[in-house]
Amino acid sequence: MTVELLSANHAAARAAALAGRANRAGRGFGGGVYPITPQTECIELLCRQEFEKGEIVRVESEHSAMAVCMGVSLGGARAFTASSSNGLAYMAENVVSAALYRLPIVMMAVNRTLGPPWNIWVDHGDTLMLRDAGWIQFYCEDNQEVADTILLAYRLAEDARVLLPVMVCQDAFVLSHTMMLTDLPSQEEVDAFLPPLELPHAVGGKPVTVGGLDFPHETEVHRREHHEAMLRVPAVYGEIQDEFERRFGRRPADRVEAYRMDDAEAVFVSMGTTASTAKAVVDAARERGVKAGSLRVRMFRPFPEDLLATWLRGRERVAVLDRDLCPGLGGVLWSEVRGVCPGSLVQNYMLGLGGGDIRPEHLEQVLDDLLARAAAGEPRIVEVG
Amino acid sequence: MRSEPLLCGLAQSEDDRPEPVLRAGNTNCGGCGMSIALNMFSRAIGRRRVQMVIPACCGIVTAGAYPFSAYGAPVVASTFASAAAVASGLARVARMNGEPTRVVAWAGDGGTYDIGMATVSAAAERNEDVLFVCYDNEIYGNTGGQRSSATPAGATTTTTPRGKELEKKDIVGILAAHRVPYCATVSLAHPEDALRKFQYALDAPGFRFLHVLSPCPTGWKSEPAEGIELVRLAIRAGLFPVYEVFDGFRTVINVEPELSPTALERYFALQGRFRKNAVDLGRIQEMIERNWKHLRARARDA
Ligand SMILES: Cc1ncc(C[n+]2csc(CCOP(=O)(O)OP(=O)(O)O)c2C)c(N)n1
Ligand code: SF4
Ligand SMILES: [Mg+2]
Repeated sequence: MTVELLSANHAAARAAALAGRANRAGRGFGGGVYPITPQTECIELLCRQEFEKGEIVRVESEHSAMAVCMGVSLGGARAFTASSSNGLAYMAENVVSAALYRLPIVMMAVNRTLGPPWNIWVDHGDTLMLRDAGWIQFYCEDNQEVADTILLAYRLAEDARVLLPVMVCQDAFVLSHTMMLTDLPSQEEVDAFLPPLELPHAVGGKPVTVGGLDFPHETEVHRREHHEAMLRVPAVYGEIQDEFERRFGRRPADRVEAYRMDDAEAVFVSMGTTASTAKAVVDAARERGVKAGSLRVRMFRPFPEDLLATWLRGRERVAVLDRDLCPGLGGVLWSEVRGVCPGSLVQNYMLGLGGGDIRPEHLEQVLDDLLARAAAGEPRIVEVG
Repeated sequence: MRSEPLLCGLAQSEDDRPEPVLRAGNTNCGGCGMSIALNMFSRAIGRRRVQMVIPACCGIVTAGAYPFSAYGAPVVASTFASAAAVASGLARVARMNGEPTRVVAWAGDGGTYDIGMATVSAAAERNEDVLFVCYDNEIYGNTGGQRSSATPAGATTTTTPRGKELEKKDIVGILAAHRVPYCATVSLAHPEDALRKFQYALDAPGFRFLHVLSPCPTGWKSEPAEGIELVRLAIRAGLFPVYEVFDGFRTVINVEPELSPTALERYFALQGRFRKNAVDLGRIQEMIERNWKHLRARARDA
């Protein structure tokens, strides 16, 4: 292991390269790449890596970046790409396809506001737009988590019980361009953790058509299988957490990461780096005698309804902090969380849309508002910009 | 020793694949030019190992529904625009594993001239080890016959009810301008030439592009039995030049056209798609002559 000062973009590229090289005993590694701020440094670093058996294809669009990943993966090799914002929107057709083909592709997504008007700062609306694309989705809180999640994402994606693509999301600039001491395992350690990929439906010489036509009764079965694979993810993830901890000496966070939840009565639920601020505000509130706690949804797909229901049972007040907006509805995270804790007052706050800096004082205002409420109201946009 | 296929490549030979690339039971219309092209291609493949990528088009519908496949070769059904990019991924993996597999993208004019243009252009620029075959029926066949940028001037489609005014793109010119190792047009009426080109294109390294004029009785409103005759007429009239371009420069004309106005007239008369509108054959004749002047200049200079 080496501890290095790395941005999350570089941590992601290095982790992807380690995972890619680990498949040199298998059919190799590849992917199509295309730049977009704030992800670009990731693919630039990837293009500077040496691979014994790997090729990075510099394509003309995100749509083709994912198409190349699909070709690489269907050829039986390990595939990686990265994108952001409008790049993900442009890629969307092939994002869906990758999941429908059941390919264990890993994509790092830097969350960035969709435009126009152009805005390069963090907003989760881009990857949440793809929440139903059939991918596993992780939202990370720091650079170490980004690197670790990319490594374990391959283990999860390639597990025969899963065979699904994984999106590893991180916040624009807050992580992508911020350096942090990051522990990267050695190649040998990664080799031992990631055995060569054996894709059961890789295209070889057999005359089969992959992705041809389905009639409704076949689609029903294919969708059910896809759904069942998603439902197996939590158990498989649990095994991977154990093994990751055994091999690398640190335990990847749970699907929902709980902070000071033991006796919490007022709970923040958030994703990504918002949770770091939430934890600081929880600490400050506790000093004042307010029983606050924080839940961070790390795995958004499959949705950790079980863990959220357990953690939120009996809590009086819940503030769901969305860094996204579904116009006409409210926050996407809120829309999913509100159903799991029927007894609680669940209020939605949308903060930091378009990358506004969510500071402790904003979450303190949110907490005051939450504690003063007699009932939940309409989702609220809290302007922090 | 290789036994050369007989009867211009259409007779059974020892070199044949154990099963054709397009098997019986496929759902192509009777008289479909793409079926004929696939049969010739199958003969050309012989014992080579191929993987095919087919985007949304008639060519993938014909594979039939899961779990069946009308294709006697491994096929990836890709999204409409992505054939060349998916093929790039497969070809890279084959290469890094030292496999002799030839990766072939087989797309319609929509997946080549229109939605696939950027993807094809980029794969050509990267000189991917991919053979890209465009079977051009000059229409979106699969979606019921809408215009594409390969639809010729004068043709009625469901989206050009009064006939298309614009001429089709010079797709081989576009691909040749990428300076790829090999581009050629393929005539279904010249099986020997077609077989040679298919085989050359299968074996040549780098990006190769083949353009097949593919009669579509359903879209062209023509007799299924007259497809090959239509190709012959298009060539005689000079509408479809049969030529090849090596490395983007060396241009070789393979079949001399008669530039026959009678052939042109007959080509238009045999297809219902041209019948609804008064097609100005004089204008088309001028266009043909202009195109040939240009092509001959390229062939001469090369
Ligand atoms: C992104 C996308 N847009 C539209 C379609 C619908 N579509 C399927 S096939 C097709 C036309 C295909 O035309 P062409 O490539 O010429 O092949 P042909 O059907 O004529 O064989 C269209 C528009 C699609 N599948 N995907
Ligand atoms: S519509 Fe045309 S191209 Fe499509 S299968 Fe029928 S004849 Fe062939
Ligand atoms: Mg067509």
